[in-house]
Amino acid sequence: MKRARQHQSTPDRRATRRRMLSPRTWLTRHAQVALDSLGRLSRNPLATLMTAAVIGIALAMPASLYLLLSNMDRLSGSWDGQASLSVFLNDTVPVAAAATLAGRIRGWPEVAAVTLVTPEQALEEFRQRSGFADVLDTLDENPLPAVLLVLPAPEHAGPRSAAALQTRLQALPETAQAQLDLQWVQRLTAMLALAQRGVLLISALLALAVLLVVGNTIRLEILGRREEIVVTRLIGATDGFIRRPFLYSGTWYGIVGALLAWLLVETGFWLLTTPVRQLANLYQSSFQLQTLPLLLLLVLLAGGILLGLLGSWIAVGRHLGAIEPG
Amino acid sequence: MIRFDNISKRYPGGFEALSNISLELEAGAMAFVTGHSGAGKSTLLKLIALIERTTRGQLHINGQNVTNISRRRIPFIRRKIGFIFQDHNLLFDRTVFDNVALPLVITGYRHQEIGRRVRAALDKLGLLSKERMYPITLSGGEQQRVGIARAVVNKPLLLLADEPTGNLDPALSFEIMELFERFNQVGVTILIASHDIGLLDRLGYPVIALDHGRLAGMEQQYA
Repeated sequence: MKRARQHQSTPDRRATRRRMLSPRTWLTRHAQVALDSLGRLSRNPLATLMTAAVIGIALAMPASLYLLLSNMDRLSGSWDGQASLSVFLNDTVPVAAAATLAGRIRGWPEVAAVTLVTPEQALEEFRQRSGFADVLDTLDENPLPAVLLVLPAPEHAGPRSAAALQTRLQALPETAQAQLDLQWVQRLTAMLALAQRGVLLISALLALAVLLVVGNTIRLEILGRREEIVVTRLIGATDGFIRRPFLYSGTWYGIVGALLAWLLVETGFWLLTTPVRQLANLYQSSFQLQTLPLLLLLVLLAGGILLGLLGSWIAVGRHLGAIEPG
Repeated sequence: MIRFDNISKRYPGGFEALSNISLELEAGAMAFVTGHSGAGKSTLLKLIALIERTTRGQLHINGQNVTNISRRRIPFIRRKIGFIFQDHNLLFDRTVFDNVALPLVITGYRHQEIGRRVRAALDKLGLLSKERMYPITLSGGEQQRVGIARAVVNKPLLLLADEPTGNLDPALSFEIMELFERFNQVGVTILIASHDIGLLDRLGYPVIALDHGRLAGMEQQYA
């Protein structure tokens, strides 16, 4: 009987404890601790800013690398999936034969379309595009061969079937050279994939660095407030009560760090915008550098908060338990 | 209120600070613990405050067996006990008001209630005009009274004081003791560790005398 009552008494007591705190009071209390932590940090602005700056730089690096890659991805994306083959015919093939050949290839199941570019058309295009018109006029005869632009059927546009098509075209007696235009795009895509993996790896390492920085900062803060922790423990503070201000400190470090990272990335990209536009102009491209989308800012903030919280959690778990009165 | 059943406390390393102590302090009582330095006075108080845990024996506080109470539940026992230390243990980066409010903040009282209770406690100890001051600017006697205000603001059932007058002159010591008597008169159980034999004799309360960790005598026995 007595034992049964003891078992019951725990939830009862907990209920009385809770009764004093309505959800609103609880929220107010948390807001108070959060503001208190922020106030404590702002009383030591230089030290706080230094820690936040380390976090900011560590977060800015993967963010800017990611942006750089996504910009390059966008650049290569405009060609992606449009695998086409250029078949340069032998000089000896007359235009009429080239047209017949084009018709024959058009009949292949793996081919969607074939366009014949006659030497005259090629020369005209070259004249317009290159600015060497005067030089071309001095030539006695057209040095350009006829070209067939072969577009594979969608189901044969994959890298392997496109390569098979290339081999088949190369085997034709009329062909001087069959060139798969997709190749450099594929290489670029592969390189980008590799770089993305690298960014992921660097991000993981830098996240670890942020954890260590926050953890160490919070550890120092705990040691600095040792006396206060002992006194509050003696007065009946729970572990949660003692933990809370440190967790909020870590969170604030994360938030300020993330905002600094955002500032760094925006500034860096702003500095790059003009040279990139100039370079793009030289390539007759309207390419524009894409800066931080709002989503990435949110990711930065979430990452900063998570890392700050986790770092302080680790420090608190390791060091708070050791501080006991007596 | 406090019951020791054959309690011993052995520190890591083998030093036995308390040996086989049995005693009982009834609710509403006021008593002193005395003895030479190293006799085990502080250890006795630390056991009650659950700062140290008993090696052998059973400890009851307020009818509850706390001998093997889990670490998680210790804070809730401590909230029923007020502590007063020789060196006050005040937080010097906070005002008198904030120091005294600390136990209420920990317990989670509402803002208005905290203000009301802190001012009541400060008023009782004659510190109302000092609430905005920092402890460092107060005299030793005033600091000790802030410490007492913090200990009683939560209306504890039990007050423990470890050498509360150790750093004070006789007049101030007597004043502090009178304060304890006033709290005792409203029903708070009080246990004070002190080596000030002269003061104890003058007050005439029961004395638990310790000698090398053993109970050397309990004057004015009461069961």
